[in-house]
Amino acid sequence: MRKVLLATGLGAIAALAAGSAVANDELTRMSQNPAEWVMPAGDYAGTRYSKLKQINASNVGKLQVAWTFSTGVLRGHEGGPLIIGNTMYVHTPFPNKVYALDLSNENKILWSYEPKQDPNVIPVMCCDTVNRGLAYSDGKIFLHQADDKLVALNAKNGNVEWTAVNGDPSKGQTGTSAPLVIKDKVLVGTSGGEFGVQCSMTAYSVKDGKQVWKAYSEGPDEQILVDPEKTTALGKPVGKDSSLKTWEGDQWKIGGGCTWGWISYDPSLDLVYYGSGNPSTWNPRQRPGDNKWSMTVFARNPDTGMAKWVYQMTPHDEWDYDGVNEMILTDQSIDGRPRKLLTHFDRNGLAYTLDRVNGELLVAEKFDPKVNWTTGVDMNKNSPTYGRPKVVDQYSTDKQGEDHNVKGICPAALGTKDEQPAAYSPETQLFYVPTNHVCMDYEPFKVSYTAGQPYVGATLSMYPPPGETHMGNFIAWDGKTGKIVWSNKEQFSVWSGALATAGGVVFYGTLEGYLKAVDAKTGKELYKFKTPSGIIGNVTTYEHNGKQYIAVLSGVGGWAGIGLAAGLTDPTAGLGAVGGYAALKNYTSLGGVLTVFALPQQ
Amino acid sequence: MTLKVEDKLLRIICLLTAAAVLIAAGGIAFADGSGDPAAVKSENGEYFDKQGNPTYKIQSDGTVDWYTYSGYRRYHSECHVCHGPDGMGSSYAPALKDSLKTMSYGDFLSIVASGRKNVNTAQENVMPAFGDNPNVACHMDDIYVYLRARANDALGRVRPAKHEDKSPAYTAAEDSCMGTKH
Repeated sequence: MRKVLLATGLGAIAALAAGSAVANDELTRMSQNPAEWVMPAGDYAGTRYSKLKQINASNVGKLQVAWTFSTGVLRGHEGGPLIIGNTMYVHTPFPNKVYALDLSNENKILWSYEPKQDPNVIPVMCCDTVNRGLAYSDGKIFLHQADDKLVALNAKNGNVEWTAVNGDPSKGQTGTSAPLVIKDKVLVGTSGGEFGVQCSMTAYSVKDGKQVWKAYSEGPDEQILVDPEKTTALGKPVGKDSSLKTWEGDQWKIGGGCTWGWISYDPSLDLVYYGSGNPSTWNPRQRPGDNKWSMTVFARNPDTGMAKWVYQMTPHDEWDYDGVNEMILTDQSIDGRPRKLLTHFDRNGLAYTLDRVNGELLVAEKFDPKVNWTTGVDMNKNSPTYGRPKVVDQYSTDKQGEDHNVKGICPAALGTKDEQPAAYSPETQLFYVPTNHVCMDYEPFKVSYTAGQPYVGATLSMYPPPGETHMGNFIAWDGKTGKIVWSNKEQFSVWSGALATAGGVVFYGTLEGYLKAVDAKTGKELYKFKTPSGIIGNVTTYEHNGKQYIAVLSGVGGWAGIGLAAGLTDPTAGLGAVGGYAALKNYTSLGGVLTVFALPQQ
Repeated sequence: MTLKVEDKLLRIICLLTAAAVLIAAGGIAFADGSGDPAAVKSENGEYFDKQGNPTYKIQSDGTVDWYTYSGYRRYHSECHVCHGPDGMGSSYAPALKDSLKTMSYGDFLSIVASGRKNVNTAQENVMPAFGDNPNVACHMDDIYVYLRARANDALGRVRPAKHEDKSPAYTAAEDSCMGTKH
């Protein structure tokens, strides 16, 4: 037995000595096989695109339910399953169960795992107890638990191989995001922007869970891992104390900037990309300054964590426009020149296209015409306000001040888009974006900080843009020019991650519970099916025994379950208008179910 | 500041006892969990029903008392991320506009201060203890009065358009409880 252990140990050492790229190579290779879905967005570039095309625009109308699986959990189900070989891995919100299903044996449960977590973590999770999914590498499944522990499970039997403590839930640090494995490290963010957490991105060793680096969103240079001379913002070095200078006193210690969104990676540039969230509190008057580097796109070295470039989208946030949404990496030509691009649909209603090599800002345009808090981003490189959004005074909750109710701000705090990831098809060169179409009133006021308690400091109410009754759109976007190509109205916010396929079909879910398939070129609806509950999960595809499947988790909840469950307030009600807006609870109810679709047998 | 919150809690405990005694002695027709919400007296801008529980006062032109207005704001800062807008509930926390139809003022205070757990095989609902959070603990009556108005349909799903002024006594008590210096 000892000899066996020794041999295994030697093997591990040999693998390590062969270079840290081992796991990376395995994952990169696996992600190129469209039969599998091996990381949250399907690939490192975050495209959510599949080469599978058995299901296409002409036959998708015949889609049928192939099989279903109940997760046994009622809360909001975000994210989607992984498919590794013949096994599907399904995750749930708190209590964060993991199921391994055998696709070769009638989807039987091979193993299941349920961590023991203190239920006191539940109320320190801002907006429902969601979890956005698992990561895989090196025979391990990585689960980011609600209590901010990162756990490595043996992919074969579900045994815990190691546990890393990423944060302290008693201080409001929680886990909702999906990890991403890059080479021999697994990267994981933190939630807690509504609890005054100083948030970070952390890399752990895949092998044993040891922490390799931790990069905070705000704080001293050595904590945020920037090089004052080499790290750039819009082409210029950030300089010394780039974050500290933008906070009053020690406020950065409770500054938020949480990292609960998605992570992308470019192996050729060896850069990892993610965004940081809102500065705490929601009352902007209480935290003067730009509050760097909240609301920021980071490009970091995955081995050291050192930032290569940063770009702050919403300096001194006044509306809770977290910058955590996905960074989609594409290679496209702009003005006849091939560029390595990063496209990001921000909560603030602007879609950004940057050069991902150096962080140069190329396009920043509104992806919902109703966005009104800004007139746009200053694109003049010689201007002192280059790269900054021009804020409209009327919608500035800072200018209007504490205890003043600022009305009619678009978008609402949940953003023109929240975490629900967009997809990109290299064939159409279009992004497919699930969006919210909601505005708000926002009134900031003074709050005091208590560790582990909500630190919000604003009252808000949300409603559809004046004169409209639909609260979502599903749009196709040209990232090169910053223009909407087509837009489909949806009654509720589209809170489901999209999937683009080589079959010319794009899939997404709706809050009422429909899985929808639309034509990638025109947006024409080709198929819909009402699943057991509202969909806030992301659509996935895989192939098994030569057959293509489409899978999606239903289970309404998340922020959508707060604002929309009851129906939004009617801003005109006080003026005597008749009726309110439809309540989601009239359409769907709770329940986590995986629904898997396929074409009928020939 | 911690001391101030404790003072506030002590006051709450005293009120709890008083409320319990009053309810025991009462036995009148209840309109909500604390009885008839009609305001019979006021003190420094806070209105009370005949049993001495805090209540709302909404005039015919829609002007609300300060506590209802303040409670609207505090509720939508501290409570609505779980309990939904306007006390309407969410996919995982109850609608308080309904809960207060049966819940007494005393029970409300004790649940907000100490939290509550409802964890079983079907669901895991956990409310944290807000007793140490001055943003909540210093505004318990405000939030209660707002929700009481919602429970009795005295106030709709709207932000109160007009409200009475904040009284100097309220300002002083709030500053003292929150530890705010001027």
